[in-house]
Amino acid sequence: MGAANETAQNIELAVDMRNISKVYPNGIAANQNVNFSVRKGEIHALIGENGAGKSTLVKMLFGMEQATEGEIFINGKEVQLTSPAQAIEHGIGMVHQHLMLVPSLTVAENMVLGMPPKKGIAIDYQAAVRMTTEIAERYHFNIDAEKRVMDIPVGMKQKIEILKALLRGAEILILDEPTAVLTSNETVELFQQLRHLRDNGFTIIFISHRLNEIKELTDRMTIMRGGRFMGVHDTAGISEQEISRLMVGRDVLLELEKDQANPQELVLSVENVSYTNEWNKLMLDNVSFDVRAGEIVGIAGVEGNGQKELVDILFGLRNAHTGEVKVNNESILGKSQRVIREMGVSLIPEDRMLYGIAATGSITDNILADRYGNKEYNAGPFFKTKKIQKDTEQLIKEYRIVARNQSQQVDMLSGGNIQKVVVAREFSSCPNLIIADQPTRGIDVGATEFIRKRLLDLSREGAAVLLVSADLSEVMEMSDRLLIFYGGEIVASFDQTSTLTDEVMGEYMLGLRRQDKKELEEDAYV
Amino acid sequence: MSGFWSTVFNADFVFAIFRITAPILFAALGAIIAEKAGVTNIGLDGMMSISALFGTLISYWTQSWLVGVLGAVLVGMILGLMMGFFALRLRTDIILTGIAMNMLGGGGTIFLLYMFTGLRGNTSSLSSPNILIPTLNIPVLKDIPVLGSIFSGHSVLTYLAFILVFVVRFMLNRTSTGLNIRAVGENSDAARSVGISVKRVQYIALIMSGALAGFGGAFMSMYYSQSWNVGMIAGRGFIALAAEAMGRSQPVGAMFSSLIFGFAQALETRVSGIQGVSSFLVAAIPYLVTIIGLVVFVWSSRRKADKRRRQISTSDWE
Repeated sequence: MGAANETAQNIELAVDMRNISKVYPNGIAANQNVNFSVRKGEIHALIGENGAGKSTLVKMLFGMEQATEGEIFINGKEVQLTSPAQAIEHGIGMVHQHLMLVPSLTVAENMVLGMPPKKGIAIDYQAAVRMTTEIAERYHFNIDAEKRVMDIPVGMKQKIEILKALLRGAEILILDEPTAVLTSNETVELFQQLRHLRDNGFTIIFISHRLNEIKELTDRMTIMRGGRFMGVHDTAGISEQEISRLMVGRDVLLELEKDQANPQELVLSVENVSYTNEWNKLMLDNVSFDVRAGEIVGIAGVEGNGQKELVDILFGLRNAHTGEVKVNNESILGKSQRVIREMGVSLIPEDRMLYGIAATGSITDNILADRYGNKEYNAGPFFKTKKIQKDTEQLIKEYRIVARNQSQQVDMLSGGNIQKVVVAREFSSCPNLIIADQPTRGIDVGATEFIRKRLLDLSREGAAVLLVSADLSEVMEMSDRLLIFYGGEIVASFDQTSTLTDEVMGEYMLGLRRQDKKELEEDAYV
Repeated sequence: MSGFWSTVFNADFVFAIFRITAPILFAALGAIIAEKAGVTNIGLDGMMSISALFGTLISYWTQSWLVGVLGAVLVGMILGLMMGFFALRLRTDIILTGIAMNMLGGGGTIFLLYMFTGLRGNTSSLSSPNILIPTLNIPVLKDIPVLGSIFSGHSVLTYLAFILVFVVRFMLNRTSTGLNIRAVGENSDAARSVGISVKRVQYIALIMSGALAGFGGAFMSMYYSQSWNVGMIAGRGFIALAAEAMGRSQPVGAMFSSLIFGFAQALETRVSGIQGVSSFLVAAIPYLVTIIGLVVFVWSSRRKADKRRRQISTSDWE
């Protein structure tokens, strides 16, 4: 592309973020040299998996985070965005995933919050209603200005967020996964409205990882993976296969030596489990599969397709609505986490800071968390401190946890070492079923390799392992069998992973393909 | 038996209900404003005690009841500001800050009284009728039988308490300060995202809450017991918190629940004077009323929440 051409393009760019890098204080690089430019009057998709750095990028655009390196241009002018208020001044509006509304206030009151029209000392409520109705009518949004926000459905709440941004003069709208909470009818309506806004000159940035929505709605797209820029494309000019390859393709290959699995007796059996969430959305649709001792069964899928709900059900954190889950032929439904642990189930939770550790506790405290009641650590009402110290020391050594000493507070460790604390606890309780949910997310290569190796060893020693991961290279290399989740269902099942390609995986994960009943049944049950 | 009913339930009794309700109501309104802003003020009891003391002292020094009341309110506001400073600036826990305030109200007041006057425990030697809060006889109304003896002749602050119910309601529902307070309390991220300063709003709410506790304190020492003494607030700040919860954080609701507490206390005072009635049983009346009130409250709010959920989910499927 010639220089002259480039300048001509700059003029019509609404957003131009150049060479953006963001390194968080804990050393995680969320964005590396990302270029993101959006033309005026287009709907531009920002697409990538969870953890790809999309959210970080738009947070910097909305002034919620500051870039470590790089420049931001809005309408051709360089800007410094250090707060959302400044971003709003520059005509940027954002619809957050978690809606920013006050439930007990009416729609009109929410619309004018922070800048209400006044009549004497009171706010001019009628004027607020008028402003709301006017702007809603202008952009063909159908809302009821006088209802309380707590009384309206989520689809309408989202419209109010969009209108709130428009009322504050936004010309560039960022929507962070707006369809995640919507029913399909609401999604159709939202898309009509977004197209209408685009035709009126608004610029829309649409964050998503749903291919079909992006194909349907957007003009261009920027793809991100692992914090890096993977290119910008015209939506019409790129195939879904190509998008999926760029989006979920493999990154680093860590060679793992893996011998053939030798599956033994049945450990985990999941039968016809369905789950509907609190917004009446079907998150798991009749899911059935088995895991045997000595094998690793991987679950791949783009996040939000039911994996989280499944893991929660398997560990008793949620209740399945229908179906049965058995561990060693005993139902776990309705049992507490303690009982489930006593049945030999271990969990490496997806959110390690929230469920994996007590952040302000010491390493010893965290390792002791599942076994403080054991006889070997108790003498009457007292702990056997020496025994506890000795065993913790042993685990720190065995799991190569880098720490000053065993009483160091866990949240002072690096991400990889925090995860090693979790793993040390979960692996050392002699589990016969290990549920590993994103076990290596966001941690360094060394810790990743270590954890994968351990997981493999345990399975070969006879533990059943269920591995849930959004990292393709991880599930493909680790798993002996592989299931793919899409829309709360198992859409594909493979008995071996060596012959699979990224492209095929991507197509299943993004819902472009699915196996028929017969293929599924052949593979889902060994 | 009819003698019993007429000694208990007569115009004097209803008059007493309003008198007893007023200080609870002031504090309950203070509790509402703080709660709405997301800074639960459990220090109301201590605030009332301290401002009650200053009300008496200032009115004695200036020989003016009005300056005394305003002084008590000012002290309440300063205490609110102090709570804000500790909880919002120094980031202490708001509940612990409230507890500290209550302890200050218990021990600190005795110290302050001794420091300023050399008196121990009470100010009865300072009081004189002309520095007490005056009562108001309302023309025309006062001459109507029954109604006159119930609604006329209350102290100025008793009327003010009931007027403030509607002032606070107006403030919370119809002014931008009120909307900001509610936004901050319900979803502080939402408030922040539209440029509202969360801390500033919480400071304002705590100061208003303190001012209302100041009125309640002044009412107690400058009208209700006519002088200040140790322990005179007797948990009214806590009863106010219960009234706030039972009134679902709504001013009018809190007014009715405060009246229920006022009724129970008036009943206790009344019945305990009658021979042949077990004093233990009578002393339990206010607490029994509280428990029954809370049960009814929980039951009805659960039903409302269910109904609302059903409505939303049906409109979802349309």
